[in-house]
Amino acid sequence: MTTQDKDPIYKTDALIAEDIDAYLETHQHKTMLRFITCGSVDDGKSTLIGRLLYDSKMIFEDQLATLEADSKKSGTQGEGIDFALLVDGLAAEREQGITIDVAYRFFATEKRKFIVADTPGHEQYTRNMVTGASTADLAVILIDARKGVLTQTKRHSYLVNLLGIKNVVLAVNKMDLVDYSQEVFDQIVADYTEFAASIGIEAFVPIPISGYMGDNITAPSENTPWYKGTALLPHLETVEIESTKEPKSAPFRMPVQWVNRPNLDFRGFSGLIASGVIQPGDPVRVLPSGKTSKVAKIVTYEGDRAMAVAGEAVTLTLEDEIDCSRGQVIVAAQSPLEVADQFESTIIWMDEQEMVPGRAYWLKIGTQMVSATVQQPKYEVNVNTQEQLATKTLDLNAIGVANITTDREIPFAPYVENHDLGGFILVDKISNQTVAAGMINFALRRAQNIHWQATDIDRDAHAAMKNQKPAVVWLTGLSGSGKSTIGNIVERKLARMNRHTFLLDGDNVRHGLNKDLGFTEADRIENIRRVGEVAKLMTDAGLIVITAFISPFRSEREMVRQMMQPGEFVEVFVDTPLEVAEARDVKGLYAKARSGQLKNFTGIDSPYEAPDAPEIRVDTTEMTPEEAADAIIARLIP
Amino acid sequence: MTSKTLTHLQRLEAESIHILREVAAEAENPVMLYSVGKDSAVMLHLAKKAFYPSPPPFPLMHVDTTWKFQDMYKLRDKAARDAGMELIVYQNPEAREKGINPFDHGSLHTDMWKTEGLKQALDKHGFDAAFGGARRDEEKSRAKERVFSFRTASHRWDPKNQRPELWRLYNARKAKGESMRVFPISNWTELDIWQYIHLEGIEIVPLYMAEERPTVERDGMLLMVDDDRFPLKEGETPVMRSIRFRTLGCYPLTGAVESTAKTLPEVIQETLLTTTSERQGRAIDHDQAASMEKKKQEGYF
Repeated sequence: MTTQDKDPIYKTDALIAEDIDAYLETHQHKTMLRFITCGSVDDGKSTLIGRLLYDSKMIFEDQLATLEADSKKSGTQGEGIDFALLVDGLAAEREQGITIDVAYRFFATEKRKFIVADTPGHEQYTRNMVTGASTADLAVILIDARKGVLTQTKRHSYLVNLLGIKNVVLAVNKMDLVDYSQEVFDQIVADYTEFAASIGIEAFVPIPISGYMGDNITAPSENTPWYKGTALLPHLETVEIESTKEPKSAPFRMPVQWVNRPNLDFRGFSGLIASGVIQPGDPVRVLPSGKTSKVAKIVTYEGDRAMAVAGEAVTLTLEDEIDCSRGQVIVAAQSPLEVADQFESTIIWMDEQEMVPGRAYWLKIGTQMVSATVQQPKYEVNVNTQEQLATKTLDLNAIGVANITTDREIPFAPYVENHDLGGFILVDKISNQTVAAGMINFALRRAQNIHWQATDIDRDAHAAMKNQKPAVVWLTGLSGSGKSTIGNIVERKLARMNRHTFLLDGDNVRHGLNKDLGFTEADRIENIRRVGEVAKLMTDAGLIVITAFISPFRSEREMVRQMMQPGEFVEVFVDTPLEVAEARDVKGLYAKARSGQLKNFTGIDSPYEAPDAPEIRVDTTEMTPEEAADAIIARLIP
Repeated sequence: MTSKTLTHLQRLEAESIHILREVAAEAENPVMLYSVGKDSAVMLHLAKKAFYPSPPPFPLMHVDTTWKFQDMYKLRDKAARDAGMELIVYQNPEAREKGINPFDHGSLHTDMWKTEGLKQALDKHGFDAAFGGARRDEEKSRAKERVFSFRTASHRWDPKNQRPELWRLYNARKAKGESMRVFPISNWTELDIWQYIHLEGIEIVPLYMAEERPTVERDGMLLMVDDDRFPLKEGETPVMRSIRFRTLGCYPLTGAVESTAKTLPEVIQETLLTTTSERQGRAIDHDQAASMEKKKQEGYF
């Protein structure tokens, strides 16, 4: 073994052998620190983590044997032990020699349990680093002493600060390769100090280390007599973090996760306390409903409690029978949360498919899921230079600031105040993938000043006067599939039956209402959104609306469906194969698209997403337009 | 008392309870996979706490291989009864029919009883979320597993296509036919588990504590002769040794360690002073490097 094996303090604990009961007693009172390590590809992150595991006796003999064998086979440290092999996980990654995901590692000393998120240094993996940082109390930013502060260092520091990590350690690694030079260390610290201040990092702790040789890891190294601070591990053991501080006078907040109803006599609200302290008798308010009550009991498996604090998972019962369900937030009555439906937020895009402004995504914040749309970003941040750039969208690993609108009011706190009540994820409604992480900066005031005006003659009254059930017949299909033809026949037939209808046609709408829109993805979405809103107003007026739009994207058709009352939206898929539609080419558009004169043409250079489960599917190769119209009418007027 | 600092076990407990409740609130038809081991015991205990005073709002399911230790079967039935939960026991009928066993069929035993059995059981009952007691510290490939791990309709795990998990926000949405495995004790270590069992007085299978038991030594592993299905080779006679187990599985595949630790604190003491990792006692991990990852892609838990 060429690695040093010096400090025995962390390797054995005499108490274990002498008095196990006393040992268990002390260890039950350990605290926990979650931290991330970040650095560039060759800065030695994995080696450092391997070293911490090794020095805290988390590596067993069999693992060490495997490690020694692996080191000889594929290690990069010659005859020495390659600690990096210990922490690089999946087989494919091991062969490539890089870490490509977030891996969680565990070790403990007599003072603390540690969970380390090993996050990658590769440029394209911002998403993993943000994931690892979201749960971290502290960040260790690694710098290769030979290379100094790099673009990567700046990127990682920016992300650490963005995610609100207050404790930062600057670990200047590979000091053995610069002869433990104080000059080199001081220069790097000076460079970093300047940069850190510029992005808002208020304080950091610089430590000169060698992960490979073990310098300043568990104890001060003899190789750096000029360094007077603590070694890395003792620092991690003693640094004060949020969860070990006295709970501040932060107000009580608990998102309701689950309503606990074992029988008719018990109704409890289960959740994890996001901030503050709660005691029986405390007055509380349920948001967004605003109803108030008092805490009756704090119920746990061990019995009722006199108090519970932030970070604990409890069940509360209230003195009054008030409505409260999953997604609502129970807060201290005298200091309620803000409630709003429009926000400025910082968004980190995490999906291969870029963000589509105007599209509806699921937004999960706390324990509630709402529908939300993101506007075109105000700007994107260049994470390397922290410059603000103009952009129309956000793609994978991009970070930007944009306004978000939710379909209902939600209680929240700005992310800087509370991560649980200000951090959210966006989920694609079709693929169900988590596509973005976001942080609420503040609510937009205009949301609070526009109220819904209730009118006396409501939609039911309008429909009753016409003696019909409002509906939206949504014809979707390729250009030239026959949507307008079928729509026209449907309307004619309904008129003969004395039904009051209106046909919204794609081409016609673009002459007026949507004149300002082109054919890019964002414009097409806005086109459909406006048509959806118009159709909705018309159904409120009691009409049967027929629309003929290509409407190529599933998400937008789904968005319109959600706008309508249940059962009111009838999606009709006018299914005509591309070859057939192209052969017809009534308007000569396919020819233009093929010759390149027309861009973003559905079916040619822009996709058409066929409906998965339309209410009606019309196969125009087998059905005449008349037959199709009859099928639609049979559904509307049974 | 106006303030309080949470210990590491309290933080871990709260995190696990949060995860259990999220699934109960969002999944349509969840189930808790119960292997009767110490990790399962902790997971079950956490479920009791999470939903108290209600019983956990999902059944317990044991994917049985018929080759578990007798003591495990005893505790299984009792634990389900005590928790007030329905117990589903599933045995792969095909494996039963073919008489698949660990002595004659090697890795086919695990494939058919466990991997296939689990898939069949989940399909049969239409469970869309299954809690498992896996921990990230157990093995390299597990260190990168998400808490919510998505499986395709054919139960495959795609390590390249897992969802990012930020803060305490778990995305439980999925398409029809897809399912998820959820690991509420992902962030617990073996020592955390032992300390928690000790602190909470959780009942575990007595095999974890040392006692004189009939054993034979094979391929460097100490096996316990738990019943008369154990085919003794010529010249083999069971020898009484004071042994205990660090993990529990099918008895013919689970190596014991020689020990005199009869109490929980003594077991913890040995665990802390020991020099080999926990999974070393399991035969299936020795197959090849990164073998767990392979098995996981195929659908083994």
